[in-house]
Amino acid sequence: MTFTRRQVFGLTAGAAAFVAVAPRISFAATDDTEAAIKAFTGGAEPATGTVTLDTPEIAENGNTVPVGVSVESPMTADNYVESVLILAEGNPSPAVATFHFTAMSGAAEAKTRIRLAKTQNVIAVAKMNDGSTFIDRKEVKVTIGGCGG
Amino acid sequence: MANPKPRVKVPKKASKGEVITIKTLISHPMESGQRKDKQGNLVPRQIINTFKCEFDGQLVFECDMDPAVSANPYMEFNAKVENSGTFKFTWVDDDGSVYETEKKITVE
Amino acid sequence: MARSYRLSLAAGVALVLGAHSAAIAGGPSDDKLVIDGEMEIMTRVAPPEGHPLDEVISGWHYRTEETRDLEADSFQNPGMLYVERGEEIWNTVEGDAGKSCASCHEDGAEFLKGIGANYPKWNAGAGKPFNIELQINQCREENMQAKPYKFDAADQKALTTFIKHQSIGMPVELDLTEGDMKSWWDKGEELYYTRTGQLNLSCATCHEDYNGNYIRADHLSQGNVNGFPTYRLKQSAMVSLHNRFRGCIRDTRAAFPAAFSDDLMALEVYVTWRGSGLGVETPAVRQ
Repeated sequence: MTFTRRQVFGLTAGAAAFVAVAPRISFAATDDTEAAIKAFTGGAEPATGTVTLDTPEIAENGNTVPVGVSVESPMTADNYVESVLILAEGNPSPAVATFHFTAMSGAAEAKTRIRLAKTQNVIAVAKMNDGSTFIDRKEVKVTIGGCGG
Repeated sequence: MANPKPRVKVPKKASKGEVITIKTLISHPMESGQRKDKQGNLVPRQIINTFKCEFDGQLVFECDMDPAVSANPYMEFNAKVENSGTFKFTWVDDDGSVYETEKKITVE
Repeated sequence: MARSYRLSLAAGVALVLGAHSAAIAGGPSDDKLVIDGEMEIMTRVAPPEGHPLDEVISGWHYRTEETRDLEADSFQNPGMLYVERGEEIWNTVEGDAGKSCASCHEDGAEFLKGIGANYPKWNAGAGKPFNIELQINQCREENMQAKPYKFDAADQKALTTFIKHQSIGMPVELDLTEGDMKSWWDKGEELYYTRTGQLNLSCATCHEDYNGNYIRADHLSQGNVNGFPTYRLKQSAMVSLHNRFRGCIRDTRAAFPAAFSDDLMALEVYVTWRGSGLGVETPAVRQ
């Protein structure tokens, strides 16, 4: 069986349309991720901006992927970032870590190293002391090595 | 590896109100509970689940960790220092063990 | 049949290697390895006489920026945890003689300088080259009256890492004039170029002919060993040289020799020589 170029394009477009109309039909982990975000924000839809996730575009090995997060905030006693939730939606379980800050943190920034089971989105959700929430997503490609991998 | 060993990097001196960077690393396999041994049995989860940094008794930074944090967990964060004092670092293991270390800083 | 199967597999591997080299920009990075912004490590040097390549390049240059950065920061480098553990072992009394390494080698730091850059060394008593692991075991048995370490015991890796780290930045240099070192070098060279396994690959196929290219998503280096034991992200732990040798040979789908066997000792002598002049990087960080 062979496909013509046109047939291949048609198939791809069809698949894309399917995904677009049925975004809820996907992997369980994505649902877990959505649930974890909702639990963290108290049901609110987090806004974009304010929080920045820093990840490599390509991770040489999924066992040790550096991630950094920073949130714009004066970090004073009455205006600070309470916590930042890190999720990896393609892992067997999306939870990665939660950073908790205080006014004494000085800056809402943290870095750590995480495990990614495969190429996927890493997500950071920040919660301010006034309850407002912000989100950032970055895709990290995890390479499967030849011999070294 | 033998007992988990914490390593901490804090500047020895800072000026009043300065935001300093603190780096910590501890030796720990962070056994995820997902891995199987050679016989095909699941290796039970054993991770460091909490890390905390306090300055003279006040919380500066805390992190709840899940099994997706890499082996030998690394944490880098900041602290705003107004006066000389002592940072205390605490790691809590799933088995209840607590690993601690302290570092002094002089604020001029 | 068996033969043609092997040939077609080999051709397939060659194709994969070749095709990727054109598709993805390869080659080592131009970055410089400076540990903590203070100590520059020689990672690109002129080859020793008789070397087949124009330039000897450390595997550090073939890794991504994040992995390179991890090695360049002695605090962040997780391999340094094992250096510290190794230092503890160095000072710990073990065995019936009631001695530690430090009991005999009092000025450890001074005594160890260069050791990591000059091993394997000829051992006249044993009539073969000794690497650091074999030397440690001889000391344990004869001087400490302690049990020798089993291959890849956690303490063996930590102590070897500590010892090699004392020579960080010093150029790799073997004395091939001692004893029979030259004939072990010859044997190692022969093994290096011998194709093996179902995939019919030699060390040279990947690390001489195709270094700088990709095998699947893996960026092939020259296979230099100046950073061993090395912290590998895959294992999230220290990996010894003989463990890596065995892993490479296994990946060609061949039966692999025992650690510290004559074959692997010969290979260690030859491969270490191929990295002559590179600074010791232990503990290096690799993928």
